Amino acid sequence: MAEWRRVVVTGMGAISPVGKGLEENWNNLVAGVNGIDNITLFDTTDYKAKLDGEVKDFNPRDYMEKSDVLKTDRYAQFAIAAASEAVQMSGIVGNVDPERFAVYFGTGIGGMATFTKEHNTLLKRGPSRVSPFFVPMMIANMSSGLLSIRYNAQGPAMPAVTACASGSNAIGEAMRLIRHGYANAVIAGGSEAAISECGVAGFINMQALSTATDKNEASLPFDKRRSGFVIAEGGAALILEEYEHAKRRNATIFAELVGYGSTSDAYHITAPRADAEGARRAMSQALKEAGYTDSDSVYINAHGTGTPLNDKAETLAIKHSLGEDAARRAAISSTKSMTGHMLGAAGAIEAIVAIKALESGIIPPTINLLERDEECDLDYTANKAGKKDITLSLSNSLGFGGHNATLAFRRV
Amino acid sequence: MDEKTIFDAIRETVAERTDANIDDIKMESTFRELGIDSLDTVELLMNLEDKLGVTIEVDKKLETVKDLVDFIAAL
Repeated sequence: MAEWRRVVVTGMGAISPVGKGLEENWNNLVAGVNGIDNITLFDTTDYKAKLDGEVKDFNPRDYMEKSDVLKTDRYAQFAIAAASEAVQMSGIVGNVDPERFAVYFGTGIGGMATFTKEHNTLLKRGPSRVSPFFVPMMIANMSSGLLSIRYNAQGPAMPAVTACASGSNAIGEAMRLIRHGYANAVIAGGSEAAISECGVAGFINMQALSTATDKNEASLPFDKRRSGFVIAEGGAALILEEYEHAKRRNATIFAELVGYGSTSDAYHITAPRADAEGARRAMSQALKEAGYTDSDSVYINAHGTGTPLNDKAETLAIKHSLGEDAARRAAISSTKSMTGHMLGAAGAIEAIVAIKALESGIIPPTINLLERDEECDLDYTANKAGKKDITLSLSNSLGFGGHNATLAFRRV
Repeated sequence: MDEKTIFDAIRETVAERTDANIDDIKMESTFRELGIDSLDTVELLMNLEDKLGVTIEVDKKLETVKDLVDFIAAL
């Protein structure tokens, strides 16, 4: 491990159903604020699912020029909103060689609403009316492209597109970029805006979404009543930086990214392996890189989607990676109980939660966790925030396609 | 179609899409200085077709607002 360059976090930004900006997000997550509410982005009369996690009162003009607003999909706008906060916090721009500055920014889908809108235009008005911005707005790499342009990051810029693991994979791969000497700083994270008719209809028919109408009975990670996730949107960004580089410029260091695990189930397009071996291996890899020992005090921001299969399998993965006793001692929570499932942005905002928990010793709760499931029998920090001095903080993300990613953070 | 109708429609459409103040969009303004690139131009023409009820198929380079006004007026 000694030959690897160390990677630290020097900036964070978030926009989600529970808030705009890092501080509001963290305060609301600690307070157990539920960001889930009725879908307002389209008429849900014919849809079985009625709830989602929307970014409330989002005005892209707060983050970008008018001429850019019309040419960017909402998913990219969330990326810019989150990244602008992180970039500003870090003070990185102007203090890094542009050719050594990179962007790895994930999304599960890309410009879903743009796709739907322009396809409708094609059907109604013919090919001559499809916007020339259709392609650049819709493609899943455009948030990375836009951020590289905006911040003059001339190193590699690319997305991770691994469904619900996209945000974590983007951050993990960005860490490797710095570790192995290809960049000195990376804007890394994820964003998503897939709450559109076709997206929601598809998820409903997969039986992936909760059809609850009470917002406190919808996103129920690790609860016996859980019946699917609640689709949500938003974005989150980290500034990852090489440790010596950050120290030289006296940057504030929030945490060190000490471990990353990335595996595939090689099993099924949507279902996790029943033995959770794919997720277990991702966790074990991250723990090994992090130099985990039995004496560590661990927090895990679980993937915890609230689907029957995920939460059971993830519980098993935690037990098998840490060992049964250590798994029982670990503090765990699923902040998706409050944000809903932000898909490609989930891993990024949850990485931030893991860092903030490490920094503050406060564990945000899993809200609305009332009925214990015998197959989910660990300490999920039910309903009220906890306090625990954490030495190692993990975030798990598991995506359709069988993608498993775990990030591990320590204090510097 | 009279030039003023066309000019006003262009000014309105450009102002909707950019940070340009409508009064700053003049006949002699170039699209480049208004921040309108080739992709923007395609969408601008689509919007103008809707506003003016004409079909605009540009077959030459139009650099200023006046070039476009003249082109549409001659349709």
